Amino acid sequence: MTALDAITLSVIQAALQQTCDEMDLTFSRAAFSPVISEANDRSDGIYSAEDGSLIAQGSQGLPVFVGVMQHSTATIIEMIRDGRCQSPLEGDIYIVNDPYLGGTHLMDVRFAMPVWRGGKIFCWLSNTGHWPDIGGAVPGGFSASATAVEQEGLRLPPVKLFKGGKLDPEIYAIICSNIRVADQRIGDISAQAAALRVGEERLCAVLDRYGDETVLAAIAELRKRAAAQMRAHIAAIPDGTYRAKAFVDSDGVVDLPLTIAFAVEKVGDTLTFDFAGSSPPCAGPMNSVLATTLSSVYLAMRHIFPDVPMSAGAFEPLLVKRPEGTFLDARYPRPVSGCAAEVSQRIAEAVFAALVQALPDRVTAAPAGSSGNFALGGHDPARGRDYVMYQISGGGYGGNAGHDGLSNGCSTIGISKSPPVEIMEQAYPVLYRHYALREGSGGAGERRGGFGLAYEVELLRGEARASFVMDHGRVGPQGVRGGRDGAVNTVTVYRDGQAHVPPHLSKEQDIALKAGDRVAVGTPGGGGYGDPLRRDPALVMNDVSLGYYTCEQAAELFGVVLDEAGAVDGAATATRRAGGK
Amino acid sequence: MAETVSARAGGVVAGIDVGGTFTDLLLFDADTGGVRVAKTLTTPDNQAFGVVAALSECGFPVEAIDLIVHGTTTTTNAVLERRLAKTGMITTRGFRDVIELGRRTRPQAYGMTGGFTPVIPRDLRLEVAERVEASGAVRTPLDEEELRQAVRLLLAAGCEALVIHFLHSYANPTHEERAAEIVAELWPNDYITVGHRLLSEAREFERGVTASVNAAVQPILERYISRLRGELQTRGYRREFLIMNGNGGMISAGNVTRESAKTVMSGPASGVIAAAYTGRRAGYGNLVTYDMGGTSTDVALVRGAEPAVSNEIEIEYAMPIHVPMIAVHTIGAGGGSIARVDASGLIQVGPQSAGADPGPICYGRGGAEPTLTDANLVLGRLDPRRLLSVDRPVSVDVVRDIFARKIGGAAGLDGVGAAGAVLKLGNMKMAGAVRMVSVARGNDPRDFVLFAFGGAGPLHATALARELGLPKVLVPARPGITNALGCVVADLRHDFVNTINQPVALLDEEKMRAVLERHRLQGEELITKESVQPDAIRVTHSADMQFVGQTHIINVPLPSADVSRAMLQELFEKAYFARFKVQLPEIRANLVNLNTSVTGLRPQIDLSILIDPAGRAATLAEALRERRPVWFDGTWHDTPVYRRERLPLDAELQGPAIIEQMDATTVLEPGDHARLDGDGNIIIEVGA
Repeated sequence: MTALDAITLSVIQAALQQTCDEMDLTFSRAAFSPVISEANDRSDGIYSAEDGSLIAQGSQGLPVFVGVMQHSTATIIEMIRDGRCQSPLEGDIYIVNDPYLGGTHLMDVRFAMPVWRGGKIFCWLSNTGHWPDIGGAVPGGFSASATAVEQEGLRLPPVKLFKGGKLDPEIYAIICSNIRVADQRIGDISAQAAALRVGEERLCAVLDRYGDETVLAAIAELRKRAAAQMRAHIAAIPDGTYRAKAFVDSDGVVDLPLTIAFAVEKVGDTLTFDFAGSSPPCAGPMNSVLATTLSSVYLAMRHIFPDVPMSAGAFEPLLVKRPEGTFLDARYPRPVSGCAAEVSQRIAEAVFAALVQALPDRVTAAPAGSSGNFALGGHDPARGRDYVMYQISGGGYGGNAGHDGLSNGCSTIGISKSPPVEIMEQAYPVLYRHYALREGSGGAGERRGGFGLAYEVELLRGEARASFVMDHGRVGPQGVRGGRDGAVNTVTVYRDGQAHVPPHLSKEQDIALKAGDRVAVGTPGGGGYGDPLRRDPALVMNDVSLGYYTCEQAAELFGVVLDEAGAVDGAATATRRAGGK
Repeated sequence: MAETVSARAGGVVAGIDVGGTFTDLLLFDADTGGVRVAKTLTTPDNQAFGVVAALSECGFPVEAIDLIVHGTTTTTNAVLERRLAKTGMITTRGFRDVIELGRRTRPQAYGMTGGFTPVIPRDLRLEVAERVEASGAVRTPLDEEELRQAVRLLLAAGCEALVIHFLHSYANPTHEERAAEIVAELWPNDYITVGHRLLSEAREFERGVTASVNAAVQPILERYISRLRGELQTRGYRREFLIMNGNGGMISAGNVTRESAKTVMSGPASGVIAAAYTGRRAGYGNLVTYDMGGTSTDVALVRGAEPAVSNEIEIEYAMPIHVPMIAVHTIGAGGGSIARVDASGLIQVGPQSAGADPGPICYGRGGAEPTLTDANLVLGRLDPRRLLSVDRPVSVDVVRDIFARKIGGAAGLDGVGAAGAVLKLGNMKMAGAVRMVSVARGNDPRDFVLFAFGGAGPLHATALARELGLPKVLVPARPGITNALGCVVADLRHDFVNTINQPVALLDEEKMRAVLERHRLQGEELITKESVQPDAIRVTHSADMQFVGQTHIINVPLPSADVSRAMLQELFEKAYFARFKVQLPEIRANLVNLNTSVTGLRPQIDLSILIDPAGRAATLAEALRERRPVWFDGTWHDTPVYRRERLPLDAELQGPAIIEQMDATTVLEPGDHARLDGDGNIIIEVGA
């Protein structure tokens, strides 16, 4: 490298990153669906013309989309070469949501557009947005009991939605005839395409300024350097194989837990990820497709090493053995709606649980790791209209070497905010009886887990059906290094005052409710980190004074005895912690 | 207390701004045309000492000052450092954790660590039986006995301030109002914040945090104001002083604490006000304001001489203050941003900062990491003999060697080459961040002028304008005391928001006009109660709009209160197309909020006296201080260095050139062309 290269390289890296960030911003600000505009369930990136590999990605994109679009873009490039897909012309934009062609679930719709320079494709821009509906058995697409992908919605192979810059009215009509609330989709489609066009404009300005050849050379060099950076991190991990397990409560159809058996082997400067021994493909929608499984590994590694720039280079030293024959490599027609929201988080949990053994200062105990999807669909007689309400919720994060876990944190794979209670009550015929920190739910530890959320919703009018796609109902988020697990997820439905607990604990579809019936949810707490008997008694005392734990829990979980005034009884605590009572 | 000073408006006005490092004072004597400036160190524990020191440094008799206007960071610091008054909250049963739970977020997109401390701890948040539905209907009446009990408990716990925060109080405030009456009987002071009175909008977390911050800083702001009032009275100042609000208007010190939360952006807002004022006089209504300091840079947009206002400022992670304030975006990059070579061998600038302590290497306070300020020094842009805030001078050779060793080694650059690389990359990154909060939001950069101020703004402005595609840079006469100038020129201002949330087609035109009319009357009444009387009152209206089904909004200025459905539809479609290049004729438009600002205009101030006209030289040559080598684009240029205060008003300069003044250095790069205007601003045409 010459001197000039070192400067230009840094400058081009920043310019590519800013291009993606600007695409993310445009997409969110122009979108109609709250799931994109508020929840930021979207991502934008730049991909290689050659093989679709990731060049750069927006820093505020939804984490689970890390790496996913490089698979879908690669598939489009391959299908164009094979003649299975029409060749692009300037101004064309492809649409695709087929999970088996490098995707997630059907609701995540990808656009891909080539950037042309001198009549040739310089690179691809692609983005993904979570559409609020894509057809299928249930509004929103999260059918807990689907057994084939056709029940989950409309599946699109890569086809040109825009031709020569114009929306193709025929493809658009097919889409609109197959999805709910179609009248607003044109707003999201415009926003998704506008983001790509902003990216094209910004990228071309960069190319005009630095020259296409220089930028190409910089991209290749940046990829090498990202790989080197990841390798340097990996090299610092002690050699060895680290194992962990994580469990999905059930697939929603068959009431048996699904096992993720996981081993990561560190040799030299590479990590090899192996899911051998995991459960076979399942009947219900908790299957994952390969692209999502890979992406889940990548996002977990990015949570551990957030400083490595997102590019295909960062993934090079991460070797994932294809988990053939397991539910983490589902093939057509296995249903997959749970892969992005739930299974991905169990994969990340397994990665955390294995690597915390090797990197105790960097990795946390398990976070709540569920998106907490609760959907309520019904008819509001006062307004004379149907509605579908979605409540997502957070949970506690795991304790870690430096700190206690955060309470009510976002899902591991998301960055979306949950809606305010006041907005939910304005829009739907419901009333929240409480929306509170879930006391006692944080896993005990020297650094305790964060707390989950407890809420209870009452249906005020009409009839409705409740569906749940959550997880961690059987086993709580794992504690590590002697820390306790966080509290499990709970769902209780009160119908005519009678409590009903879903047989699968965290998943059930179409529970009929009428006015006055209630749904109570407790989300998981984070896992504890380190032996709770080593937690500073003053911190335990503070936790009790804030009502996070009871006096009894302080004694049982942390071995801290408090006197009547709530102060630490030092002698009694020492005795109790020494093993006496 | 306050004597009315309206009769003396146009007398002697002092603007005093307390910043992170310096307290700046700017005094205008309209009778004599005199200006005085003072700069003293900020005294963080009691900012009043720094203020008083600035007053005595400026030498003008305090008793002869007609009006003092003050920008303060007292409340900002109190929140960021959580040095807050002990505050209790009384809230709806089942909802005491709202301000602690937030909206399920985490501090960064990647990394599962980090924490959050609520403004009011959990044991001081008490619940009472009461519930209002979204429609405003009462479901559970307020349990008044339980409320009284809660008040007694909080008093016994030592609370000084109190928040009453009930669900859906924006729809039906009767429970909050009744609770306020009862609390007033028991609470020993006025530090009672009633949620809906401060912010009458849905979203319990944002409203609750806004109210909590307001209550928790009230006693602190009040104590500060009374200390300052005492200090000023001791020195003979007998009138009421004014405080700069985050909305860019000023308000009597006696009235400010009721809505203390509005002062959290006091300092940055005054800079933007000064920029808008200066720009308007210079004939530039559209500005990107760029206030670069040591650790951070504040950026805001001014369109048509009006600063952009937002109701959705978040002053740190999970700390939203949803009252109308000037939309100032803070970027974590400044002169103290540290340069390093990362694990992959790439040069990075920031986000780590050397801050003010230890600061850049050249400050001689023990800083050892190369910063942007150090790069400017190595490249000849800053004069080592004229740096402010240096403890022990460090030679340029030493700084250059550190660049060679820490940055140059990996990239094969010498010290100067490394400093050049750091400067280039720092400018590039800052430009990216500025673009995201300004021109990326649908504004054409060619329509804007970069208004550069703060200690470091003029040093980087031309490079930044080039990156952003802004054709011009304006450097005001006194870049280092722009915030204090904002205090002097600020108007009186009150903002009103009414949530409508209806499709345009269904709007009642009469009702809309009535809302805007009511806003105007309320604003005018508030202004007549102030201790200062304005020259005139200006009323502006705007609408927050979106397409039905969207959540983000676009602010559309309205030409008058005489609004119609057709007018709203048309203005919105135009604004939306300008922002996103998208037309959506098939989707209906929605009116979210109607907004009004009522501004009491203060007398104009002549900015041309900011630099003493008598000191100006007759020719450019006489303003030349020296020539020295300065590094531009990979090579040294023999560059003229001018004294800012000596430049003749008709001067024209060709880059490269350096223009130095007491607290700021302006850089003209090769190809830039600059001239002065009548107010003494430097207007730079950025070369290609």
